[in-house]
Amino acid sequence: MLTIKELRARLVAPLDPTLFNTSLLLMALGFVVLYSASGSDMGKVASQARNLGLAFMAMWAMAITPPHKIERVVFPVYVVALVALVGVALFGEVSHGARRWLHMGPVRIQPSELMKIALPLALAGYFEWRGKAITWRDFVVAAMLLLVPVALVIRQPDLGTALLIASSGFYVLYFAGLSWKVMGGLFAAGLAAMPFVWHVLHDYQKKRILTLLDPSQDPLGAGYHTLQSMIALGSGGLIGKGWLRGTQSHLDFLPEHTTDFIFAVFGEEFGLLGEMVFLAAMLVIITRGLFIANEGSTPFARLVAGSLSMTLFTYTFVNMGMVSGILPVVGVPLPFLSYGGTSLVTLFISIGILMSVHHHRKLVKQ
Amino acid sequence: MKVRQPLRNPQEERWQFQLRLKVLSGLILVLCLLLLARLVWLQVVSHGYYHTLAEANRISIVPIVPNRGLILDRNGAVMAENNSTYTLEINPARSGDLDAVINQLSTLVTITPSDRKLFRKLLDETHGLSPAPIRSRLTEAEIARLSVNRYRLPGVDIQARLIRTYPLGSSASHLIGYIGRINQDDQDRLDDQNLTDQYRGTNHIGKLGIEGRYEQELHGVTGSEQVETDAGGHGVRSLARIDPVAGNDLTLTIDANLQQAAEKAFGEHRGALVAIEPATGEILAFVSQPGFDPNLFVDGIDQDNWNALNNSPDKPLNNRALRGQYPPGSTIKPLMALAALTLGKRSTTYKVSDPGYFSFPGSSHRYRDWREGGHGMVDMHLSIVQSCDTYYYSLANDLGIDAMHDFFTQFGFGQKTGIDMDGEVSGLYPSTEWKQKRFKQDWYGGETVISGIGQGYVLATPLQLAQAMATLANRGIMMRPHLVRAIRDRATGTVRTLPLETVRTVPLKEADVDFVRDAMVDVMKPGGTAAQAGAGATYSIAGKTGTAQVVGVRQGEKYSESHTAERNRDHALFVAFAPADQPKIAVAVLVENGGHGGSIAAPIARQVLDFYLLGQKVKAAPDANDAGDDSAHD
Repeated sequence: MLTIKELRARLVAPLDPTLFNTSLLLMALGFVVLYSASGSDMGKVASQARNLGLAFMAMWAMAITPPHKIERVVFPVYVVALVALVGVALFGEVSHGARRWLHMGPVRIQPSELMKIALPLALAGYFEWRGKAITWRDFVVAAMLLLVPVALVIRQPDLGTALLIASSGFYVLYFAGLSWKVMGGLFAAGLAAMPFVWHVLHDYQKKRILTLLDPSQDPLGAGYHTLQSMIALGSGGLIGKGWLRGTQSHLDFLPEHTTDFIFAVFGEEFGLLGEMVFLAAMLVIITRGLFIANEGSTPFARLVAGSLSMTLFTYTFVNMGMVSGILPVVGVPLPFLSYGGTSLVTLFISIGILMSVHHHRKLVKQ
Repeated sequence: MKVRQPLRNPQEERWQFQLRLKVLSGLILVLCLLLLARLVWLQVVSHGYYHTLAEANRISIVPIVPNRGLILDRNGAVMAENNSTYTLEINPARSGDLDAVINQLSTLVTITPSDRKLFRKLLDETHGLSPAPIRSRLTEAEIARLSVNRYRLPGVDIQARLIRTYPLGSSASHLIGYIGRINQDDQDRLDDQNLTDQYRGTNHIGKLGIEGRYEQELHGVTGSEQVETDAGGHGVRSLARIDPVAGNDLTLTIDANLQQAAEKAFGEHRGALVAIEPATGEILAFVSQPGFDPNLFVDGIDQDNWNALNNSPDKPLNNRALRGQYPPGSTIKPLMALAALTLGKRSTTYKVSDPGYFSFPGSSHRYRDWREGGHGMVDMHLSIVQSCDTYYYSLANDLGIDAMHDFFTQFGFGQKTGIDMDGEVSGLYPSTEWKQKRFKQDWYGGETVISGIGQGYVLATPLQLAQAMATLANRGIMMRPHLVRAIRDRATGTVRTLPLETVRTVPLKEADVDFVRDAMVDVMKPGGTAAQAGAGATYSIAGKTGTAQVVGVRQGEKYSESHTAERNRDHALFVAFAPADQPKIAVAVLVENGGHGGSIAAPIARQVLDFYLLGQKVKAAPDANDAGDDSAHD
């Protein structure tokens, strides 16, 4: 028989209070913003609440699972995600000029989302498996594991998601000790390849980058999103226009205002101060994640925690950068605020894994 | 719990990891500061600027729809243009009870039940968020009545806008096509091509014909205007404007007068006619009768008109010239003769005895000639002039289906011509390989025999027949048939003439071509199957009649026009080019259920040739019943 105490130790204790409470705070903020952004649509809020319920269960499931058990499934999950990506390339559904979705009976999945988590886990699992003798060859193998799915996602084409997947994998390589020289070389090679990359970009991608330099160039097209979100943010000012009082979003100038561009709604209504509160809370979660990574008891735990925390930061930075007009428009949701089930579940799975790493480290020490 | 192997120098590894954590923490700090700096710049430093933009007067970016390009015929006559018109619109957000408003409006202007239905449909498409038109093309009297009563009608607006108009009405309708409201399919296509932005504010898109195929050229570049609006969303003042660029004007190869003359020549008959300039591939006339009025489609066709068009037994929506596939019948005989000469299978003097039928040795099945009792001893010249079937049964048997297939393929049979119009079909020229693939069956000799007179599996579109004739007239040089001659760029005013394209050159001997041509000239002279149609021509015509069976005639029975239901009567065909020695025009005519090529199709072609070469007036073709049985058959 399990006592209440034992149950608590097994089921509730893994939920790290810092991560849990900050997430709750951010989610509360998310609901408040979503209610306004959706035009006071309770239906949308309720739907997001359902998503959150699912996300919480996923988080909790991850949190109570020790890292070494997660480790066992990372390769199968990676292979499944990879096969699904190949499936998309072969018979995926074409929507808006890109092949991203895969129909599996009644379910429609976007394997690139799955890969966002599967790749860093698989890479961390690989380095853990290699254990002592990590050589440069292992980095070559890891780079292959990284490049194959990234190439598949680029082909969809979904350059934004491909870069995010690549970055989450790259963080693992970085934490695993990829030589500074190699990284410097890669950086230099990247710079040198710029003109070539420009050549192979799709027209709409070029346009997005060009309009970054001058959004007023193409106010109806690629520049429209950026221009409208900058007007929303700028007019919000220091303290914002107040909840439900943003005009840009409510007059429907802002596209995607419940998903990728929700930060513009938030900024318009809550101003710079509100944004700083949000950013601070995000930094609490990210710092906590990096702290957990530092305390990780196995390489796998450290690599996973480090990479997931950094990925969280990447999402936050890329989304806010895009909305405020310093990065090109790529389809990246803002953690906690953007409406959408998949991204919410993925987010809380990451947080659950962080919790698991933290909690089970203590158990090992005991 | 699983016990782990101790790691190599854990301290060292941990130290490495911590260093890397610190580096990234530094990066996070820098990026956060960068973000913060940007936000401060936007929200504190430039706050005033954006505040003005957004709050005091809200900015809306209004697309300015470009004027659609014109469609002109080869002489500059307008075939599609934009006329200004007044439209009555209702904004459901401000109008209150819609039914009440519409009832009130119907006391002022005519509003038909189909107007109401269309309005509801448009409203559903926009989810009732934006104004929808309930009546277009308001008359001046209606505008006056509405203006007087406007104060009583909140949410009702009269909008001036340009409407696509096709001044020639149903003439050339299949060729020009039409524009219609952008539907979900169009929207998806635009999304896929990343053109959604270009179509902001645009409600219409080319659907068929030239309007559909050249949509990209005709549409133009959407402009935009930044407009200050008051709190209610009404425009106050324009801040900045990027002018739209009007769509490009298209100059067609079509001669609108010839087109209308050809349509008139058809009278009440159903059918198709394609006229091509052999040397260039320019299509001079492209007729599919009956046509329809494309103006009906511009603002969404109402149910009654749609039913009338869609359910009519005459199938006016079918583009017969492009998509109708018919057995070419005897019109292919000149090419059969040419094949025999080119491949060295027959000399021009070789004679075939025609007892009125052809049969295989030891078989009782008779492949009948159209003339009972036959033509006697027939050489190649006579076989074309009198359209002797027996000659071609035996010739086909000598050539073999695969040699015929290869030769006719060079003249464009069984493949799309590549005309600049969507939806073309490829017709069919059979071969043993094709039959094996299609039916998994061997080819039979009898099938070769009937292919020799253009029956059996052989199918061709009127466009393909015209192209084959143009290629013959051009002595084997096949030009790509096309409808657009030049595109005038509205932005720069420059005219870009589209380059001519040679599809292929069929290797032919001059003497063979001359021989076949001369025989075709004699078809139009006394003793030929189209002597009536050729009578009195002041220029020489090379022609060939044809008849395509609609229903088979059983062995031992005789086809009788008067005893066959109108829809089951033979299709009449005629192909020609003129002047024979210096061809300026090649034409193919098909008259559905018209009976004989010589009596009904050839006169239509003659009128078109006269009009084009001599500028003569055109009379409508007599009704099929008046045409009667003619001495000239097939």
